[in-house]
Amino acid sequence: MLIVCPYCGAREAQEFAYRGDATVRRPDPAAPDAAERFHDYVYLRDNPAGPHRELWYHIAGCRRWVEVSRDTRTHAISATRFAAEGEARR
Amino acid sequence: MRYSLFNVVVNGLTNQRFATPAWRDAAPKPAYDVVIVGGGGHGLATAYYLAKNFGVRNVAVLEKGWIGSGNSGRNTTIFRSNYLLPGNEPFYEWSMKLWEGLEQELNYNVMASQRGIVNLIHSDAQRDAYARRGNAMLLAGADAELLDREQVRALAPFLDFDNARFPIKGGLAQPRAGTARHDAVVWGYARGADRRGVDIVQNCEVVGFLRGAGGGVVGVETTRGTIRAKKVALAVAGSTSRLAGKLGLRLPIESFVLQAFVSEAIKPLIPGVITFGAGHFYISQSDKGDLVFGGDLDGYNSYAQRGNLPTVEDVLEGGVSLMPLLGRLRLLRQWAGLCDMTMDGSPIFEAGLLPGLYLNAGWNYGGFKATPASGWCFAHMIARDEPHPLAAAMRLDRFRSGRLIDEKGVGAQPNLH
Repeated sequence: MLIVCPYCGAREAQEFAYRGDATVRRPDPAAPDAAERFHDYVYLRDNPAGPHRELWYHIAGCRRWVEVSRDTRTHAISATRFAAEGEARR
Repeated sequence: MRYSLFNVVVNGLTNQRFATPAWRDAAPKPAYDVVIVGGGGHGLATAYYLAKNFGVRNVAVLEKGWIGSGNSGRNTTIFRSNYLLPGNEPFYEWSMKLWEGLEQELNYNVMASQRGIVNLIHSDAQRDAYARRGNAMLLAGADAELLDREQVRALAPFLDFDNARFPIKGGLAQPRAGTARHDAVVWGYARGADRRGVDIVQNCEVVGFLRGAGGGVVGVETTRGTIRAKKVALAVAGSTSRLAGKLGLRLPIESFVLQAFVSEAIKPLIPGVITFGAGHFYISQSDKGDLVFGGDLDGYNSYAQRGNLPTVEDVLEGGVSLMPLLGRLRLLRQWAGLCDMTMDGSPIFEAGLLPGLYLNAGWNYGGFKATPASGWCFAHMIARDEPHPLAAAMRLDRFRSGRLIDEKGVGAQPNLH
């Protein structure tokens, strides 16, 4: 499996460390229902069979976090970008 | 038909003319008391114990392919009860006790063979950890024995004892552990359940759920029509999130693939199951003579039911460091199964998600050994609407309360368990 790092180009997936689902968002710890929302954030996942946005860390390369859009049924990667670009750029 | 030596002789001499199928290939009825989704070992064992222990016989087991075609047919056939934590160990030890009597119970040869397991020790710290684990096992009524280096050498002289980085210093043995024929376990439970009136419906994929007025689950939509049920039980580890998603549920589960491997057959070499303590690698030898082994997950979410080559390389590197002779053997087959990896590495039994819904999930990559006790405890939960005492710690609310059962202690990172 090749992952196109936005900085380094196409590299073996083995150069990256996998973190998981990129769509979960850390809740506001001051919110009144923070405990419940942290439970959801830490533990609950959609775990889709199909397109999945996920975080990979390019540990043997540029050491940046890359958000990869990959189909979990075929491993086909449709897009990659730096995770630091955040939601606004999508 | 009860199987016996007489039966084997008569059927052999009559060229199987009077042999009957071990179970009926049932067509689905419109309604049942209990519908179990998933015709693997866990689903069929659940149906068997529902009928046997609780007299609930109006039961259907629905399987999207043929029974045992999922993870029940893809594992490395090991059973053992060498866990550390109190939420796990009594459950797995009960499973071990059921394994010990399973062939008599089912009147079926599941080829259960208690050939033992040895977890190798490579450092002083690891010896301390395994001594602690062995003591926890003894406290739960299991068997455990700490072996020194020479005792391990007597068992398995072919290991690389003087490896420069990972010398073998000893091992933790559980002599009652062993292996069984995985398909036969599925077939034995299927036959036992069928004889007690359970319908086993194959090629019947659940595509949706029927919801009652209060939001409860009152049946399933399948590729073979609508089936109503008072209780719907899911035993579909590997695909749990997919089915739960149809009910709007999110679970603390991610799906990963685990690969397994078989070498060409050789003469008897490996006495039991051996696990490498410095990498992730475990190996045993089947009765046919082939070496059966595996290692780490492919480390990213996947529903592909096939593995990728870098993990093959990683597993084989671990194997060759442990036993260099492996390098002289040819690999015969390799395959992968889908694992429900949970956030703490332990399974889930849950009855409280929705009225009428019962969940058996999250077996990570250790579901085969749990088959008998999983069926036993899940049947109890379905029949009595309360968790079985042995599985009481394996509820979903542990993720809220913080009472996790994290054997490996790596936290909410499922690919590391």
